[in-house]
Amino acid sequence: MSVLVVVECDKGEVKKSSLEVASYGAQVAQALGTTATAVAVGEATEANLAQLGEQGITKVLFDNEPRLKDFVNGAYTKLIAAAAQQEQSQVIVLANSNIGASVGSRLAVRLKASLATNVVELPKIEGGQFTVKRGAFSGKAFADMVLSGERKIIAVKKNSIEAQHNAGQTAQVEAFSAQLSDADFADAPKQVVMQDQAGGILLPEADKVVSGGRGMKGPENWHLIEELATALGAATACSKPVSDVDWRPHHEHVGQTGITVSPNLYIACGISGAIQHLAGVNSSKVIVVINKDPEAPFFKAADYGIVGDVFEVLPKLTQAVKELG
Amino acid sequence: MKFLVCISNVPDTTTKITFTPDNKEFNKAGVQFVINPWDEYALTRAIELKEAQGSGSVTVLNVGEADTEPNIRKALAIGADDAIRVNAAPKDAWFVAQQIAHYAKEGGYDVILMGKESIDYNGFQVHGMVGELLGIPTVAPAMKLDMSGNTATLEREIEGGKEIVEVNTPFVASCQQPMCEPRIPNMRGIMTARTKPLKVVEAVGEGAATSVAEYALPPKKQGVKLIPAENAGELIKLLRNEAKVI
Repeated sequence: MSVLVVVECDKGEVKKSSLEVASYGAQVAQALGTTATAVAVGEATEANLAQLGEQGITKVLFDNEPRLKDFVNGAYTKLIAAAAQQEQSQVIVLANSNIGASVGSRLAVRLKASLATNVVELPKIEGGQFTVKRGAFSGKAFADMVLSGERKIIAVKKNSIEAQHNAGQTAQVEAFSAQLSDADFADAPKQVVMQDQAGGILLPEADKVVSGGRGMKGPENWHLIEELATALGAATACSKPVSDVDWRPHHEHVGQTGITVSPNLYIACGISGAIQHLAGVNSSKVIVVINKDPEAPFFKAADYGIVGDVFEVLPKLTQAVKELG
Repeated sequence: MKFLVCISNVPDTTTKITFTPDNKEFNKAGVQFVINPWDEYALTRAIELKEAQGSGSVTVLNVGEADTEPNIRKALAIGADDAIRVNAAPKDAWFVAQQIAHYAKEGGYDVILMGKESIDYNGFQVHGMVGELLGIPTVAPAMKLDMSGNTATLEREIEGGKEIVEVNTPFVASCQQPMCEPRIPNMRGIMTARTKPLKVVEAVGEGAATSVAEYALPPKKQGVKLIPAENAGELIKLLRNEAKVI
């Protein structure tokens, strides 16, 4: 018996969210008096997988099948199920990403497991029962969910758990084959198109976000957002009205019907703070609001605020960040 | 081609969330319920595809008690042909997925669509479970869906990009923007919706696999610290030295 952790890799690197998941799994394993084994999906390298020892992983199963580089729901599900079988894992931990949650829901049925997605804390373990805290109502609330099945699958929300780094620890990487056949690749992508992201920082993975609303007055002014984001090493985002009028692509839309983010720092520029937008950001650790309207509801949800014109304030902030060095 | 669109009944996006005094249930008092916004993409796209094909049908399915019928009628007014209501409270994703899989199989649907998740419980689970129960592919979350004969071409969103995926019917897809512009009912639709068939059926399968012990609201913020606009640079120092986030 061990805890199985699913780590997503991209261009050889283990994703940040998967380092968090690995730490989460290792801590659950410790609480249960067992060890944590990882199974790798995506484009991985043995050297980087061995480094998962720093997060407390003992062993990593690695199937060198080249078609696993891209997300294939059928194949990933079979691979993880086979790993869980071999390791007799009663607990599986994965990222609450589009990949992790998609695979998690199929696994829950295949392995007859209780599944919780969007989990934000380590479980409370009593006997064979786990209680996990998860986000609900699109960020407006939390629910303590009870997983009573013999097997449990937990999808951990990004940026909820800090990844541990115990330097020098290494995990043992073992070759693993799930005997995948062509049929398992029925939903393999014909093509993968990655976005050009300002500064190369992806919004779902970012720990700092600079976001703009209608107060930015038009897409031609977005360079002010991008300059601050680049200086901070942040991703850029926007409010719903902005993506609705195509000033920015929809995948940058943060809110109840867009994506929910929980970075360490969220800077909202010219966003009034409609309840649907707040739902998407209110689990951010620090919220900064810049708005010329002192009555903007967003100030009530903010930690820091500047009442002022974004066109004057943003360049000053960018300058101040550069001066920090 | 037969489309099945699964809709859930959720609190309107402007709802301020509160719970019953014991924090065990969502407080429905005074709350306006709507069709889950993500499901609207699934519904409209199914109707568009049916129209483009010139034949076929769109059935909506909801797992819910009688109070969800106004929103089922709304889906019929938008353009679905008929509806099924599984007469049970939607206890959890596993419970709902079993209902959908059972009635989808019974009806022999080619394409099963739903929103990527419900905006209340945010499970992002039902589509995968339905696909697994039926042994067919699931594409989630899909931003684009086109059909040519029995083959669908979809764009699946992944972190930082998208995958172009081709699958044959039957399959499950969970939908999100920018798949289509969700339609709103017109007068004619509202009139015809009243007489479209709405079949009420009983729940099947096992009970829920999970339960909620307690709900909680996010902790309140301490209050905002305002920095004068002319000293905007001061904010950056506070973020480094006080908040320690940069």
